[in-house]
Amino acid sequence: MKIFIGLIRRELVLALRHAGDSVAALMFFVIAASLFPFALGPSAQALTRIAPGVVWVVALLAALLPLNRLFGADYEDGSLDLLMLSGIPASAVAFAKIIGHWLTTGVPLLIAAGPVAIMLRLNGDAVPQLLATLLPGTLLFSLVGGMSGAITLGARGGTILLPLIALPLMIPAVIFGAAGAVSSHPVSEFSMLFALLAVFFPLAPTAAGAALRAALA
Amino acid sequence: MPEPAVPRPQNDPLLRARALAAIRGERLVFHDVSFSLPPGGALLLVGPNGAGKSSLLRLLAGLTPPIAGELLWKGENALDDPPLHATRVCFVGHQDAIKPGLTVTDNLYLTGRWTNAEVLAALVSVNLEPFAALPARLLSSGQRRRLALARLALSAAPLWLLDEPTTGLDAASVRRLEARCAAYRAEGGMIVAATHLPLDLPAAQYLRLGGTNTQ
Repeated sequence: MKIFIGLIRRELVLALRHAGDSVAALMFFVIAASLFPFALGPSAQALTRIAPGVVWVVALLAALLPLNRLFGADYEDGSLDLLMLSGIPASAVAFAKIIGHWLTTGVPLLIAAGPVAIMLRLNGDAVPQLLATLLPGTLLFSLVGGMSGAITLGARGGTILLPLIALPLMIPAVIFGAAGAVSSHPVSEFSMLFALLAVFFPLAPTAAGAALRAALA
Repeated sequence: MPEPAVPRPQNDPLLRARALAAIRGERLVFHDVSFSLPPGGALLLVGPNGAGKSSLLRLLAGLTPPIAGELLWKGENALDDPPLHATRVCFVGHQDAIKPGLTVTDNLYLTGRWTNAEVLAALVSVNLEPFAALPARLLSSGQRRRLALARLALSAAPLWLLDEPTTGLDAASVRRLEARCAAYRAEGGMIVAATHLPLDLPAAQYLRLGGTNTQ
């Protein structure tokens, strides 16, 4: 457990020193979302209707941006060998990095999501419900994205392959997340989001750990 | 008169490899590799490029599974529990695993919760303490190698796995590394090293890979 927390600390230190990846994801989120009013016109009615969906989709795309560096950077400089030899199972190494991704990308996206939604003319009183769906949503982004990042590690063209694996797996999360953000009685949508979490919480680190071992073999 | 308890023979092998084989890609890089190392022992892997020296070191670290043979630690299969086996080895691969954006000291702190004294001792062991606050991207390749070797001082593992440890090192650094290896072995540590350059490990065994025994 001490080693596991040490690995999460390591991710935070590295994210702080190499802040570019996290900041780039955040900037992409804000800029991509602000393109919609330019393309669709500033009509409040149209924007309000699409705002939750736009925030969800753009947050998903932004969360994918740093994923190919999540394991890739450590894979290229040999650090991943040392992480695998740190005395905890490969799945725990993968899980620590997934948590690191959520803390350095998911949490900033959550914080930025409120202002971005208001920029898209979402009513202020609808923002908390949107953020409530994005909390399990960003966790799912990190779990599924981390798994995809580990699977494509070392593959030729992994940068292209990664979203092709991750995005289809995200479709259920986007459906129920965006629906839950606007539903007046979103119990079933939240149940589905947490059901997805219950599936990927054990599955993603296990699969990612196996993929890391295979990538280093 | 009761006989005194027979002490364990000092030369009991701690690490034993039996008929190990590994493939990389589609190619059998080595097969039928056997050796045994007692506490304090050293094994030098020699052979041409591509003979599988790095593959064998990665296998001994538990990073890659063997396709045949077994690796025994105190008579038990070492690779049954990779996280446990990982605590027994300190692996310095051919890559230095250094983050260029961090200072020399922070690179060492990245691997665990060390005290300042421990990190300083590790830097002194490779004579890098004048560069402690320097970003690692400013280090020369030999200094990067020394920083990678500084991790040995932070490890309590009984087995060092060194992949070309002397690449880029100047003569003084090589002698310092040899002295550290000798001190480590005197305390019962074991070393397996792959190297093309001369590395003076007294009474080391040699294992020649490649050449005639590849298929």
